[in-house]
Amino acid sequence: MATNLRRFGSIFIRGFSSSSSVLGSSVEAHLLQPPVATGTAGKSINLYTAINQALQIALDSDPRSYIFGEDVGFGGVFRCTTGLADQFGKHRVFNTPLCEQGIVGFAIGLAAMGNRAIAEIQFADYIFPAFDQANTSTMLIVNEAAKFRYRSGNEFNCGGLTIRAPYGAVGHGGHYHSQSPEAFFCHVPGIKVVIPRSPKQAKGLLLASIREPNPVVFFEPKWLYRLAVEEVPEGDYTLPLSEAEEGISCELIDLKTLIPWDKETVEASVRKTGRLLISHEAPVTGGFGAEISASIVERCFLRLEAPVARVCGLDTPFPLVFEPFYMPTKNKILDAIKDTVNY
Amino acid sequence: MNISIWLTRTKIGGGNFVKKIICNNLGLCSYYHSPTSSTTLLNSHLSNSTIRSKDYGFHRKGTFRFLYSSSSSVMFDGGRRHNATKAGGQLLSENDTENIVFKESQGEEFPGGKIGFTSEMNFLPGSSEKRVQCYRVLDEDGYPLSSTTMEHVSKEVGLKVYSGMVRLQTMDKYFYEAQRQGRLSFYMTSFGEEAINLASAAALTSDDLILAQYREPGILLWRGFTLQEFANQCFGNNAGHGKGRQMPVHYGSKNLNFMTISSPLATQLPQAVGVAYSLKIEKKDACVVAYFGDGTTSEGDFHAAMNFAAVMDAPIVFICRNNGWAISTPVTDQFRSDGIVVKGPSYGIQSIRVDGNDALAIYGAVHKAREMAINEQRPILIEAMTYRVGHHSTSDDSTKYRPIDEIEHWKTMHSPITRMRKWIERKGWWSEKHELDLQSDLINQVKNAIGEAEKAVKPQLRYLFTDVYEDLPTNLIEQERLLRETVQRHPQDFPIDVPL
Repeated sequence: MATNLRRFGSIFIRGFSSSSSVLGSSVEAHLLQPPVATGTAGKSINLYTAINQALQIALDSDPRSYIFGEDVGFGGVFRCTTGLADQFGKHRVFNTPLCEQGIVGFAIGLAAMGNRAIAEIQFADYIFPAFDQANTSTMLIVNEAAKFRYRSGNEFNCGGLTIRAPYGAVGHGGHYHSQSPEAFFCHVPGIKVVIPRSPKQAKGLLLASIREPNPVVFFEPKWLYRLAVEEVPEGDYTLPLSEAEEGISCELIDLKTLIPWDKETVEASVRKTGRLLISHEAPVTGGFGAEISASIVERCFLRLEAPVARVCGLDTPFPLVFEPFYMPTKNKILDAIKDTVNY
Repeated sequence: MNISIWLTRTKIGGGNFVKKIICNNLGLCSYYHSPTSSTTLLNSHLSNSTIRSKDYGFHRKGTFRFLYSSSSSVMFDGGRRHNATKAGGQLLSENDTENIVFKESQGEEFPGGKIGFTSEMNFLPGSSEKRVQCYRVLDEDGYPLSSTTMEHVSKEVGLKVYSGMVRLQTMDKYFYEAQRQGRLSFYMTSFGEEAINLASAAALTSDDLILAQYREPGILLWRGFTLQEFANQCFGNNAGHGKGRQMPVHYGSKNLNFMTISSPLATQLPQAVGVAYSLKIEKKDACVVAYFGDGTTSEGDFHAAMNFAAVMDAPIVFICRNNGWAISTPVTDQFRSDGIVVKGPSYGIQSIRVDGNDALAIYGAVHKAREMAINEQRPILIEAMTYRVGHHSTSDDSTKYRPIDEIEHWKTMHSPITRMRKWIERKGWWSEKHELDLQSDLINQVKNAIGEAEKAVKPQLRYLFTDVYEDLPTNLIEQERLLRETVQRHPQDFPIDVPL
């Protein structure tokens, strides 16, 4: 299926939180078993277990790393921190009060002291109070984490900060347990934005994010926590940020890191096929697909044989009952591919 | 060593209780409600040793626990944990419970601890009848209050605090003038708040980490940040902290343990708790001191930070400069509580209100708070009462919203600098000649610093792109290349004092 897609043009899909329903089983098989040959072979595990392994390794390999957030102590509502408090103690893995701006602000301070602060925001939908700190979790994230190094002329930094947040649709999440807020963060210089699509990716990218000397917002596709299962190396390994992956197929590109994103891989693909389809769950207007589209038009204008197509979420609040209408579904994508090829 | 005394209370009719506690020789003291009550008392240096239970919503059958330290004349207390959530926290051992005179006949083990029941429908008051008093050492004429407890201040420290206050005032005066003349883009003065700046800094060690707002440059001054360094940052030149990226007065210094100032209010507060947690884990003999104003306490981040600090048992001292005004918003539009100090106990944080224009009171309270924060690993809140004598910033004209008489009154009648000077003169440490020497020397230094900073080159263009990340990512490399091409094509469009 992935190879069949090639003749239809390049497809960029960011965050496969809906990969199974969108692309059908054969593509899913490719997605879930990417030919990434890093580390030693391991057991077949799901995505949240892979996250748990990465966190365990992060704590084990660096005594100055800490994990905290709402309900993290007992293992987290998605079980990603299971067993960690018991293994490493409550001074390193702990619950925080229910306050996202507090979590991110606290994490920035901890990271600024040279620690690795791994903060969990229970749902990406709740990251907005922290926007300032990261800019509060978005403002804390946007105005604080993102500018910590720059505003001090590199005297201070909070590069040890990683903010994890489950994001995207889950089938029944409604307005506030389904959103994909990545574009907000991509608009802010100073933070990196990473989204894994599979257990092996999740583990390697999360460890890379934790060890990255810049603050990272790490969105975990929660629909795949249990759904995505693949063989994951048991040991410690990292996958590079900002390198898109062509291994799935030449034409189906998983960007994995949105900021800074791997323009070259997408450009090379479009130069070959003359076509591009971009898909993400977040609303289409002002989404990250717009940025990709603009960049590719700038670089490949004369090579394009059809307008860049976008199959994304609708410009509505994330709807509960109408979720299937909202989502970039399999047939929406197939129709768009046909339109692009027949243009 | 803490000694606890359990006292019963006496019913005096009307359902109200009066508890007499003898504490004449104890200076600051505090009252700790029984584990069966749902109320924690505010900790303050109460000169009045009688507490009316009605004011604080005590329950009928509670007991008070009265604590004092045999080794210190000053004792804060009141809530390592709220009584109701942890039955007295560290202060109450299981054996102690045998000493409780009254036990609730009824009660329930709610999550977080046992809570008793009462047949009286008592709403806790929104505020006490009497406002929390200010701890003060010197009166307006620089005389120590007769019964005050004060931290010893050496001649060296006393003179350094005073000359630092004058230094800050002089710097503010000439930097402000430079902005009025169009030489600086912006400036903010600390007029009227010099004592909080210098005396709090003096009570700390250089290992203590500072996360400040923007009206505390005196801390940097105390720690050795030079007038030239202040001027360089304000002029955004190549030598300045932050490489010309932030507005003036957004200072910082890694060497001086002073984290770079950020414009958004209160964002530094939860960060400060994270920093404090790091110190705690590393068992450092240091604490974090976080500064902010009265307006900032309305931000969510303030409340987040207070709660986090209490829950994390973080060694941090919160110092609120309550100067009465958040730009044009008076405290009466800012909150309905008795200022900031009363907010501390509701988070389980020991708190004190201090006369912010009394350098010795600030010095003593911060010194004690630091000791408690580190030794007991807990947060402390200090509310320093003061007045913002200057405009909010150079973008503000405060005579538009407050009477000039009010400003003049505080400027002339309550100057923290004048009060400190009277005290050091009375001590025989200072004279008119000292004053003249200090002033003339200072004015030259400030003027020189401004002149040098103004002449210095601006940061190079490359600093526009560096430090966004540790290394330049490809998008920024590309954008820098494109920008440089543009500058070459249209050099007339760009400032000439930025080196390419």
